[in-house]
Amino acid sequence: MKRITRLAALGAAAALALTACGGNSDNKNSNPLTGGNKSGAAGGTITVGSANFPESAALAEIYSQALEAKGFKVTRKFNIGAREIYYNQVVSGGIDVIPEYNGALLTTSVDKTSTAVTADDVNAALTAKLPSAVGILQSSKAEDKDSITVNAQTASKYNLKSISDLKAVAAQLTIGGPSEFKTRAQGLVGLKSKYGVVFKKFQPVDAGAQSSLESLLSKNDIQAADIFTTDPTIATNKFVILDDPLHLFAAQNVTPLIYKPAVNAQAQAALNAVSAKLTTEDLQKILQQITVDKKGQETVAKSWLSQAGLG
Amino acid sequence: MNNFFNQVQAVADWLSSSAQWHGEDGIPHRLLQHLAYSGISLFFAALIGLSLGLLIGHTGRGGFLVVSLANFARAIPTLGLVVLIFNQVGLVLTPVVIALTALAVPPILLNTFEGLRGVDPDARDAARGMGMTGWAVLWKVEVPIALPLILLGLRTAAVQVVATATIAAYVGFGGLGRYIVDGLARNDYDLVIGGSAVLVVVAIVVQLVFTALRRFIVSPGILGQARRS
Amino acid sequence: MIAASGEPLVRWYWIGDHGSQIWGYTQTHMRVALLPVLFGLVISLPIGILCSRFNKAYPAVLATANTIYAIPSLALFMIFVQYTGLNESTVMIPLTLYSLSVLIPNVVDGLASVSDPVRQAATAMGFGPLRRLLQVELPIAVPIVIAGVRIAAVSSISLVAVGELIGQGGLGYYIVNGNQINFPTEIIVATVLIVLLALLTDTILVILQRLLTPWARARGRTA
Repeated sequence: MKRITRLAALGAAAALALTACGGNSDNKNSNPLTGGNKSGAAGGTITVGSANFPESAALAEIYSQALEAKGFKVTRKFNIGAREIYYNQVVSGGIDVIPEYNGALLTTSVDKTSTAVTADDVNAALTAKLPSAVGILQSSKAEDKDSITVNAQTASKYNLKSISDLKAVAAQLTIGGPSEFKTRAQGLVGLKSKYGVVFKKFQPVDAGAQSSLESLLSKNDIQAADIFTTDPTIATNKFVILDDPLHLFAAQNVTPLIYKPAVNAQAQAALNAVSAKLTTEDLQKILQQITVDKKGQETVAKSWLSQAGLG
Repeated sequence: MNNFFNQVQAVADWLSSSAQWHGEDGIPHRLLQHLAYSGISLFFAALIGLSLGLLIGHTGRGGFLVVSLANFARAIPTLGLVVLIFNQVGLVLTPVVIALTALAVPPILLNTFEGLRGVDPDARDAARGMGMTGWAVLWKVEVPIALPLILLGLRTAAVQVVATATIAAYVGFGGLGRYIVDGLARNDYDLVIGGSAVLVVVAIVVQLVFTALRRFIVSPGILGQARRS
Repeated sequence: MIAASGEPLVRWYWIGDHGSQIWGYTQTHMRVALLPVLFGLVISLPIGILCSRFNKAYPAVLATANTIYAIPSLALFMIFVQYTGLNESTVMIPLTLYSLSVLIPNVVDGLASVSDPVRQAATAMGFGPLRRLLQVELPIAVPIVIAGVRIAAVSSISLVAVGELIGQGGLGYYIVNGNQINFPTEIIVATVLIVLLALLTDTILVILQRLLTPWARARGRTA
């Protein structure tokens, strides 16, 4: 019986000790709802976030290493699965920097009704509509856009070159995409209103979206898909990206979204330097290394930064 | 707190809008899909769990195997299994059914086994004394006595499967999980909460159904004895 | 999927190259999985004891526990992230709730398994209610309570992976990432590791139970 009491005491002590451990690990992450315990001054800690897909994590890692090279301490909060979550985190200061795509950011989180299409228009709209503590830095020329991509056999069978060519045949085809594609203006909704294109069926695919979509596309389970344009498998599978003359998809330049109080001039300069050097081919190469060669983000980021002279 | 009440209001609005009750994305259709995925998996799990549990419980041998198998199956992360099989086979229901079946077998297997082991040896002896063969002992004596625990196992499994069948939506299928996955993807928070609310109600109903089933299937004599749960 | 791309099922060299990264994720995973079970146990003991004393409250408590268990973990994470932000506690609090929903019934059942003659004997020997609880009833309840802890621990370890959808998933990172870049190696490593960790935890708990109930061994009963 005494052993039970002793063990109970030990257990309670262990619990308390572990609570302390658990508490400590939380202190590194500031309370995002107040976002207050942050010094925006140089040498302070900057929190860099990323969305839940490889390109976003790679870009975030590049930002992180570029900042660290200039003497900043960086806390990484990568792989956040919902834009609503990470956007709200930036607004409240829980995240200080996150790589965004200007067109997507505008219509999903800032102004759903915006019709801005070019990079300049989109950035102007963003600057006007973002909350005061939040801002965008310079956009990079590097762009990764949504697209309507068809597999080789569908392209040749119906002689498809542009999205408008789909109008006559889409009723026999299935298109795949992440589930939000169904209700987005830059998705099925816009396809119908801008091009008059309505597919027979929409197949939502969320698990490992891009990779799964390519696989389904190459097996012809779906004939068309929303594939991001920097994807290396487009070339290897001989997929065809359809032209978008009516601008269904707005500009999607890689653009850092920042929480201004925590990112001082020096940090902004470091991030702008990255944006200046980043090209669309770079994005393709980065994705190739990650998805085909299975290299990790840290390695890929490091080699890009050293080759750009920023690491 | 204001935020909380706004949230409840938003969900109530979503539930009461008529669009939610018609068509492919309406609650009835999604519910039917959800129950279909759950039902198929539960069926296979019951097939495996009940037959193994009855066999091993009746013969009394291989108890260690049963417990080990159940523990092993319960340790498999459902997300990992679904994603792995999906990665290999693509857009078919197989990953979902296999993962949900793996989830449901342990409670059914363990409870069936426990139920049969818990049968009073005197009852078995009496049955044999009356001249019953092994088969008859199993079905006329052991199973009726073990029924409360067997049903408990089925009930636990059913609730778990219904709650986890949301994963089907993650790999491109329908079901109530569709609201959660879509809501997440579209930043439509109300959709996530609304879908979850419906799911909780369904899980509660499933529990009640099995509890009611107990009253009808288990013989009154046993019901009186089994006070537990 | 794989047939199209020729990606092998497992690239063994990757495991060797990433040992320390895998270990890091493992530590996070276990911490996020097991602390909630511990908290759940600490909370469920007083609640369970109260429920077994005041029988009328129990059905309501049980119903609540079952309801919580039915809420999909993802929805809970989404709700809590608004209040607790983007860190481990957002995953740990729902996991604690899940543990509670398993452990409270087990504590109640465990206490209920103490037979009346034993209670009466304790009282006859002069044990007050608190002493009887601590030195007689709880020890007898240990096997059933630990059975609950085992279930809670194993499902917790499995559920942490879902937290990856808000970036807090421990080994779940490999499951999601492996799927995104078509790298089944990561998925398999993570899944196998999670299973092994769960089985290891289960075994340790069984040993703990044997240590805590020496009288069961003496009588030759298996736990």
